[in-house]
This record gives sequence, C-alpha cells and structure tokens, in this order.
Amino acid sequence: MISNTLPLSLIDNPILSQWIAFEQPGRVRVGSGKVEIGQGILTALTQIAAEELDVRPEQINLVSGQTDISPAEGFTSGSYSIAVGGASIRLVCAEVRSLFLDQVAEELRCPVSELSIEDGRFLRAGKETGRDYWSMAGEITLDRRASGTAPVKRPSTYRIVGKHLPRLDLPAKVAGAGFIHDIATENLMHARVLRQPWRGANLAALDESAVRRAAGTPIEIIREGEFVAFTSGSELAVMRASEAARALAQWQGGAQPPADVGSPAWLKRQASRDKTTDTGKPGRAPAGRMVEASYSRPFLTYGSIGTSCALAEFKDGALKAWSHSQGPAVLREWLARALGLPSAQVNVFHRQGAGAYGHNTADDAAFDASFIAMRHPGRTVRVQWSREDEFAAAPISTAMAIKLSATLDKDNKPADWKIEIWSPPHAQRPGMNGNSNLLGAAALPNAPPLNPLGDVPDERGGGATRNAVAIYDLPRHRLIHHLLPEVPMRTSSLRGLGAWANVFAIESFIDELADIAGEDPVNYRLSLLTDPRARRVVETAARLSGWFEQRKLPEGRARGFGFARYKNIASFAAVVVEVEVDEDISLKKIWCAADAGLVIAPDGARNQLEGGIIQGASFVMREQVRFEDGRVANQTWDDYPILRFSDIPEIEIELIDNPNEPTLGLGEASVGPTGAAIGNALARALGRRIRDLPLTRERIMATLLSE
Amino acid sequence: MTEKYGFAVNGRPVSVECDGTAPLLSVLREYLGLRGSKFGCGTEQCGACMVLIDGKPEYSCSREVSTVAGRDVTTVEGLAKDGGLHPLQQALLDEQAGQCGYCLSGILVSAAALLEKNPKPSRAEIIAALDPHLCRCGIHNRVIRAVQKAGAALAETAR
Repeated sequence: MISNTLPLSLIDNPILSQWIAFEQPGRVRVGSGKVEIGQGILTALTQIAAEELDVRPEQINLVSGQTDISPAEGFTSGSYSIAVGGASIRLVCAEVRSLFLDQVAEELRCPVSELSIEDGRFLRAGKETGRDYWSMAGEITLDRRASGTAPVKRPSTYRIVGKHLPRLDLPAKVAGAGFIHDIATENLMHARVLRQPWRGANLAALDESAVRRAAGTPIEIIREGEFVAFTSGSELAVMRASEAARALAQWQGGAQPPADVGSPAWLKRQASRDKTTDTGKPGRAPAGRMVEASYSRPFLTYGSIGTSCALAEFKDGALKAWSHSQGPAVLREWLARALGLPSAQVNVFHRQGAGAYGHNTADDAAFDASFIAMRHPGRTVRVQWSREDEFAAAPISTAMAIKLSATLDKDNKPADWKIEIWSPPHAQRPGMNGNSNLLGAAALPNAPPLNPLGDVPDERGGGATRNAVAIYDLPRHRLIHHLLPEVPMRTSSLRGLGAWANVFAIESFIDELADIAGEDPVNYRLSLLTDPRARRVVETAARLSGWFEQRKLPEGRARGFGFARYKNIASFAAVVVEVEVDEDISLKKIWCAADAGLVIAPDGARNQLEGGIIQGASFVMREQVRFEDGRVANQTWDDYPILRFSDIPEIEIELIDNPNEPTLGLGEASVGPTGAAIGNALARALGRRIRDLPLTRERIMATLLSE
Repeated sequence: MTEKYGFAVNGRPVSVECDGTAPLLSVLREYLGLRGSKFGCGTEQCGACMVLIDGKPEYSCSREVSTVAGRDVTTVEGLAKDGGLHPLQQALLDEQAGQCGYCLSGILVSAAALLEKNPKPSRAEIIAALDPHLCRCGIHNRVIRAVQKAGAALAETAR
C-alpha cells in the first residue's frame, strides 16, 4: 500500500503513539479525534480497535477529543467517522498487533503463524507464553510512522465488528448523567452572554440597573465592545439577567436581513460566483421535449433538545475548555488565536452534549466560557445557552433554490440534463475561510473583518453541490453552481448540507419525468441505473414495501419513492413512504433499504438510518426559520415545530449485508431519500406537486384551493 | 425573598432555602445536586425537564418551587430501586432507545407514570403519554417498543 492511500486522519496523525498506548495493565488507550454526538461512534470505534488488537471491548479506553493526547481529526462530520477515523484506527491497531507479534516471534524463535492473541495475551500454539501487550510495551517503541501495510483481519473472521455491542455511553444516560451540562465543580461561576441579533449589530442602549434588578441577587456585568456577559455564583441569577437583557437591549447598525431573505427570488437577486461543470457527451444539445421545474428549501436550524454548554478554567497562563464541539482540535487552534494564547497553552476536552446534527453553538459557548474565564483566573466558568438564543444566534442551514431541466429522447429518457443551484455557503465552522466564526470573538472590539466566504470544496463532498449530480445514467450533464458569498448571516452545516435539498429536487423531477413517460417511478429509475449496488438497493426497498403488489390505496393515500447515494460515494439508501393527505400530511408507514458496505455496529447503523428518516421527514414537512425585523422570528418550539411522537409511523429497515465492501458513511444517507419520497407521495395523493419546502398544511391548502 | 421550602424528592424529605419563584428545575440541579432532569427550553415545550409531582408528569423548568412545598417529587434518579435499574431503563438499553440521550430523563419519568396506571399500554396510549416530549435524534419507535417491553416486565414481576 502506498502512503497516499492512507485515510486522511492517519496522514494528519502519522505516528502510532498518537493513537495508542499501553499504560495501564490490561487496558489499551486508543485515541480518536472523532467525538460522540449521539451517533454511537465511541462504541463502533471501540469495536474496531478491540477486533484488530484481539482484546475485549472493555479493555479499550477510548479517549476522544482530548486535544493534548488525542489525534487531531478535524470535525466529526460528513459521515466520515467510521470510513476515515475508523479506518485509521483499524490500520494502526493492525500494525501495532503485527509489531508485537513479530517481537514475540523473535524472542520465542518461532514463526508468527504459531502465535495468537487472547484478551491481549500472546499464545503460542494455544498455550500461554507469559507475554502480553503490557509486559512487552517497554520493548517496542510506537513513536514511529504508521506504514499502513500491516495485514488487517478478514471480515469473515470478525468476532466483535459487525456484532452487537451495547452502546457504551447509554447506561449513564438512562440514569440521567453523562452530559457536559451535568459537570459540577466547587465554586463554579455561572455566566450568560447577550447575543447580537444580527451580524455587526451595535448595542445602542442597555438598562443595566434593570438587568441587575431582574437577576435578583448580585451579578457582574462584563462589557467589551458588543460582547456583554453576566456572571454570578447562581445560575438562576444569570438566567434571569440574560432574559431581561434580551428584552431590554436596543441594537442598531450592522447587516439586518430583509424579510424575504432566503426566498427563491431573494437568492436569485444576490451577487454570485458561478461555476459550470459539464460532463458526458460533448457537442450540441439534442433536440426533444424540454421539461423544467424549480424547487426550493428554506432556512433551517438543527434544533438539538439540549442547549449548548461549556466550561473553562484559566490558570497559570493555560486555558482548559470543556466542550461538546464537533472539532475539538480545530476549536483549540481558533480559541488560541481569538484569545491571543499560544495553542500549546490551550487544551480542549470533549464532553458529550445533546445530539449534534450539524454546526451548532458548542464552539461559541466554548469561546464564551473561555473569554470570561480569562477575566477570572482560577475560577471554573460555566455557560449554557438559552433556547431563545439557540434559535436566534445559532449557525443557520441555508435556503437554496434548485432548477432542473431535461431534454427527453423518444423513449422519454433524459438525453440532456441540467441542474442549476443558487445557494449561500454551507460551512462557516471555526477556521473555515480563515475566519474564527466564533460569535463572541466577532462581538469584541477590533474583531478582524470577515474573510470572503467559500463553500465546502467539491473534493470534500461539496456544500451546495453535494449530491447535485444525479446518480442516474445521464448521457449529458450540466451543473451550474451560483455560490452566494455575501449572505448576511452565518450559514453553516446541517446534516447532509446541500444534499437533501438536491435529492428532494432530483428525485421529485425523476418522478415528474416518469409521469411524462407513463412509467412506474421505480421502473423508470431502474431503467436509468446500471450500478448493481444502486439497483439492488432500489429493488430491495420496492420488495420490502410491496411496491409492485400495491393494491389501490384508499382515497387520499399514496406512496412515494426516493433514492440516493449520499455524496455519490457513501451509503446507498432508498425509502418508500406511505402518506395520508387531508389538509396535512400524515405519515402511515416508512420502509428503507440501505447498503453501507461493511457495517461495524449493525444496530447503531439502523438507529442512524431511522434517525435520519425521522429528521428528514421533519425537515420537509415542518421546518422553516423565518426572519422579521431583521432577526430570526422563531423563538420557541411553538414557532419551530418538529415531528413529535404522534407524527412518527412505524419504520421498517433492511440493511443489505455487504461485509466485503469498505464501510461507507451512513449517518446522513436516509435524510434526502425520505424527504423526496414524502414529496412524491404527496404529489401522488394530491394530483399536484408542491416544489417549495416545507410541505406544510398552509401550502397543501393553498394548492387544493388553487385548483 | 428567600424562604424555606420542604418537600420530598425521590422519597427523601428535603428542605431548601431559596426564592420561592425559582424554578423547580434550578432547585433540583443547583441546590440539591440532582442533575438528571435537563434544561431544554425553559418554556414547557420540550419535556427534557419532566419530573413527577405526586406521581403526575409535570414540567419543572418554569414550575415555581413554592408550589411543590409538601409534595412528592420524583426525578429520573428516583426510578432505580435497590441499586438495580428500573425496568424502563433496562428496556431502553435493550432496545438501544437512545442516540444522544438528552431527552431520556424526561421520557423515563413520563413513561414510568404511564406504566404505573397502565402496565399494558397500546402504541397509541404510549404516544399520547409521550407526546409532550421532543426528541431530535429520532428514537421514537425504539422508545415505544421499550415502554411496551418494560410494561410486560413489570407485569411479570407483579404476578
């Protein structure tokens, strides 16, 4: 194997000892820069490490996201954690195993083939040798580069990977513990920060005495530039102070978004950087019937149930920050820069928060706590965000407009295909475009101006262009991407970035073409798919749902189909949804088939697919961030409804067993196909198609009334 | 104005001296060190803070502590008995009915109250009991299965 085929995490952290250590007898410390965000990654990575090392899972001490000792692996995002982080741990553990086995073989003067490992003990022909990883650790230096050439186990021999290992973090959580929010230290200083309601807003007036009265007990008020914080030994006092301050603060200046921000018309009015990519047959477009349709999605928010929280302590010139950031190593770097500290003096400890489905305010909270901690050396400062601020000041998943057009051949198959996308960037995480993207830092006096924004590069899966290229066999394809870099808010990543809206548009359009062709939507898709894995997933979902045996459904009921391969390189997922439509959509049943290659934690994979289905359904049926008076108008869950228990139908999932194929990221794979299937089912039930999201009762009523 | 308020938490009498308008959630977490109940919204909309007051699920995030004086409060920490898990906690683990787990503390107490009244709830009854709870990860169906399993386990031990 040549070095440039190593997974990115291993290229960035090439030394074995960055990943693994045998410090405590019987225990292996395995480091990971990937962090638990509710997806079960700690359990799956533990399975991979235990498998390759031949130790029991409980012997693995996975240290995740502790920046002084864990490898730096960027962000836990993009469904890369198993495919890249897990692949790195597998190679490292296989190499370490191999180094130890070679050493044992040399000492015992026997071939490696006579050796085996049980719970970390080395056996020769099944008999104890008195040697184990821990007794040998002093003889083998792991301060060497990973070669990536050690043999890894064959999937057919796996005993831990692909088998059920109960989630390691859940026992604490069902007991009500395990979250960053629950860390309690002596002499804690609680803090809350007043947020600017829009980018660049200046605080014109704040009645501080009224804020102090609202707090009930004495508080400290820190004001530097537009950064305003309230601190106290009492959490209740700072909660009350910040609630009062939010109502009392008067703001002016800055960039207030207009009321129609995010609408297709607004998007198409913005300055853009344009890129056209043609693939397929060159030359003139063929003649034939032209079909086109325009789709859109609004601004969305991730809406974790827990608000962001962080703790920080500044002592002897060194900063410690506890955060549920998705990128602890990146956060460390950008905290250091924003606070003027050498990064060696900053250490970030990952602690679990509520689910992360995209760029959230964890990093902002970490800055808040760190900044305040530096003004109170020796104290541990704890910040937790309010729900209102989570809606108003969080990174926002951007609105998009998508236009599709096709020229059909005589068989009504696309001879020419064009997709045109208007979208602000999908990533403004810390460090992106050289910006700290930390809210608190941007509020300080002399905050550096924002560098121009770009989107996630295509080689990293793209942002707006993620899944823009339909997976079907299209002889000619044109992608026009209008990147809108001057967006007045912090648009950033949400599960799948641009993918789910693109899949919604493409899969809706495919259904529209199938209708024109007079073909069944599944058969029409299959007629455009030659990739055997893609076909198998589509066929499996059809079989699972009894698609072709469908009897006539009662009035108002219909089924829809949606399919995609996430990022065109990760997992395949096909979804069938049955809906009942009266004035609103009621989900009756959902079926999903997926191919993720080698699956590490089968139940974890199902859980992710299921979660993606429910979140994807919620995105397209309910969700929209609105703006009024230049600020986010959603303040509570009433203004931002998500699907609830009473909205969720039974879900049936078939995970296609494919253990000899590499693991494909799957955490985001079911989101797009689900939304598309709901749109297609709705179109079938109504006899009319709604192309602008969300598919709310208001839109359905308007569509029904416009007939 | 701080005053003394006495009530029972998880079967043990407690007395706190605090502002009577303080939310019960703050008192539980800050004064009593019971951090199982979670802050999610502060406006009784997500259910992360749900506790039982005299056996009935109630939001604790904006419930003034003065109103629980003399009453019985149960939090997620009070579900496990004799060092063992409550059948609901075990069933959640068995079904892996959790992704991030933040909503589970509240869901657990609501489900415990349901099973207390109705050990064999239907899917619709479970949904009705848990509808005040938001979950963003999408573990709803697993939770429903876990509640049904726990109900069966409880009925088994009661026989």
